Amino acid sequence: MTSSKDTEHPLFQRIEGVRQRTGRVRDPIVTQAHGGGGKAMRDLIDDVICGALGMSAQQIQEDQARFSLAALAQYGDRLAFTTDAYVVSPLFFPGGDIGKLAVNGTINDLAVSGAIPLYLSCSLIIEEGLPMETLRAVLQSMGEAARAASVHFVTGDTKVVPRGAADQLFVTTTGIGVIPQGLEIAAHQLQPNDAILINGYLGDHGAAILVARGELQLETTIESDCAALHGLIAALHDAGITIRAMRDITRGGLSAVLNELAQASQVHIAVDGTKLPIRPEVQGFCEILGFDPIHLANEGKLALAVPSEQIEQALKVMHAHPLGQQAAHIATCRPTPAGLVTLDTGFGGERILEMLVGEQLPRIC
Amino acid sequence: MCLGIPGQVIEIQDPVRKLGLVDIGGVRRITNLMCVVDEDHPIESCVGAWVLVHVGFAMSRIDPDEAQRTLDLLREMGDLQSELQTIEGKGTS
Amino acid sequence: MRFVSEFRDPATGKKVLQQIEQQLRQLGHDASHPLKIMEVCGGHTHTIFKFGLEGMLPPSIELVHGPGCPVCVLPVGRLDDAIAIASQPDVIFTTFGDTLRVPGSQKSLLQCKAEGADIRTVYSPTDALSLARQHPQKKVVFFGIGFETTAPATALTLLQAREEAVSNFSVFCNHITIIPTLEAILADPSLRIDGFLGPGHVTMVIGLEPYTFVCDVHKKPFVISGFEPLDVLQSLVMLLEQFRQGRCFVENQYKRLVQPQGNRVAQQAMQTVFEAREHFEWRGLGSIPHSGLRLREAFSAFDAEKHFAIPAQQVADPKACQCGDVLKGAIKPWQCKVFGTACTPETPIGACMVSSEGACAAYYNYGRLSTSRKLEATR
Repeated sequence: MTSSKDTEHPLFQRIEGVRQRTGRVRDPIVTQAHGGGGKAMRDLIDDVICGALGMSAQQIQEDQARFSLAALAQYGDRLAFTTDAYVVSPLFFPGGDIGKLAVNGTINDLAVSGAIPLYLSCSLIIEEGLPMETLRAVLQSMGEAARAASVHFVTGDTKVVPRGAADQLFVTTTGIGVIPQGLEIAAHQLQPNDAILINGYLGDHGAAILVARGELQLETTIESDCAALHGLIAALHDAGITIRAMRDITRGGLSAVLNELAQASQVHIAVDGTKLPIRPEVQGFCEILGFDPIHLANEGKLALAVPSEQIEQALKVMHAHPLGQQAAHIATCRPTPAGLVTLDTGFGGERILEMLVGEQLPRIC
Repeated sequence: MCLGIPGQVIEIQDPVRKLGLVDIGGVRRITNLMCVVDEDHPIESCVGAWVLVHVGFAMSRIDPDEAQRTLDLLREMGDLQSELQTIEGKGTS
Repeated sequence: MRFVSEFRDPATGKKVLQQIEQQLRQLGHDASHPLKIMEVCGGHTHTIFKFGLEGMLPPSIELVHGPGCPVCVLPVGRLDDAIAIASQPDVIFTTFGDTLRVPGSQKSLLQCKAEGADIRTVYSPTDALSLARQHPQKKVVFFGIGFETTAPATALTLLQAREEAVSNFSVFCNHITIIPTLEAILADPSLRIDGFLGPGHVTMVIGLEPYTFVCDVHKKPFVISGFEPLDVLQSLVMLLEQFRQGRCFVENQYKRLVQPQGNRVAQQAMQTVFEAREHFEWRGLGSIPHSGLRLREAFSAFDAEKHFAIPAQQVADPKACQCGDVLKGAIKPWQCKVFGTACTPETPIGACMVSSEGACAAYYNYGRLSTSRKLEATR
């Protein structure tokens, strides 16, 4: 039988004292022990993850985050719910890293519905051997991005997989937001004469990532445009702009977004190729590899459709926002040929703008 | 076939292997200059020169005077066309 | 960008187009009797569609999109060989991005990569050589494709590999040459071409002289053209002027880049490293004598065909495919039986749909609207 006397013994006290301490991770790299569900994992969560993401130990005692419905209802009448996996290589690149990307990307997926982004989850798949410093840096960046955007991490999960089973670190973020009452933004709502606006330079992220991989041996100063767009969207709402449809422009580039919108609304979208904001360096990058910036990925860009009478006002609001200084009116909706996107080449000609079949591959001919 | 793009040689990086840094619209890449170097055009003369870059090789120097002449010809063609239109316009009005 | 933007000026382009229309009228061409001009080079095809020139030109001129896309004309059998090499252990197979999606008889290089082969996209053959230096325990193979614009880069890389004695580097050589190809096209009695836009970048290497037979023997005007839209339009004006004067000669529009004698260093490097094959197979065109290059005996240590067991099977083009007729201008892409139905950019059957440079892919992706409009107007 154990008596209370046993637990008062200095030896027991000493060990217990250490055992109750908040865990500290001293290992230089992540090992499979950190994903084993035991003490090492507990320490990793306490020391590396929770603090960086701004979660308290109390918050993660349970297996799920819990919300008060009444508290959510004060923002609106519908939930927006989205999830996105991030597998970018390299993990760090000019203008961002996988953590910042995961936070901003999920915020943007919520925000383009008009939702106010509120909560995030963070699921990590870590390849064993990942330097602990790398993991700390990514999580630090995620925490900063979330704080900057006033969203909160509320739950998460961590798995460690054997070498080769993942590429360093995969991050999945899920987000919840609330859509204000009366706000209806949907891809099928485009009408003839509506204008399509975008908030700035195209292709920065795609170019920055390909250069950062180093295989092309190109030197540039191009940085990823990775940014959370809900502030810009809120500014548009506050100014009373009617947004018929809105998409963040990510993989597949502007061409994919416009084709989706044209199909969903069965309108013709006519793009003015001379109005597309493209950095000279991104243009140079594209000329070298035979790419088209209109297919390159972005992480801080959106396309929105507004009624023609609101073009000037919407542009004014966007130009006044730090993420919309290069905003431009790039396309106009027409009734026919429905479902098609065309591009005025700037040379007087017109061509169809198709969605890419796969990703763009550097070409020599 | 054969995507080629104009760039300007910024500096020589390896005179023996004939490698130089070429700026293409603000993007830089180490480029092989072997094809634009000969007795009359030593490697040092490449700095500042415009070249056509294809798969990491400068394949030819670009002659700015010839480029200008081509553009002048194109503009003359355009001017002539405008004049003709004016004449035709007067004729039919 | 200098030497690029100036040659994309729409105002000038509009006026040059008016001149082209006028010249065509004077020559008596109309929609029912269009002048047929072949642009030999896929780069021109790309410009024509990217800038919408096809839709801007009057129906009295018809552009025939020639065989000058090395990716399109790469035969199925050679692609199967590439896949066989890439699938072998300890091989890093390096290639330009263009070839990755081209279908072989069973699969593409992209599918082969997904199955576990170490296939890497490179921008330059020198990048492949760097990989060989970095991975001495691996065999690094470079997939050499392209006409004379690209072949010197492969040759110079091989010369460097020999100088540095990089023993784990080799080239799977599929370089091709333009002159035998032009000869084969011109010798075909079904050919319906009045004149040619010549390939600017190939000519920058080989010079003007090799084309003289086109004019002397076949009496077809030939204008070497640059790749910006104003270059292409100006070259058309020059061709039309030759027709007006009743003359035919090799003319150089791309003077800012193309020297009459070509590039001696590049020619020398090719001469040292390559020799002509007896025959080379082309997708869509069949076998063309002396149109392919292989490594000379002195470079056999770097010849992937000698290092690796390859199937080297000839695989016939699919029966339904009419690419040969499209490439020779006998039919337009949309007149092919399988165009846009069985043969699409996602599931290409023939050469012309394989690469975005291909005539059929260009029509499918970019041109179907302007083409339909033109066809509607002339109905």
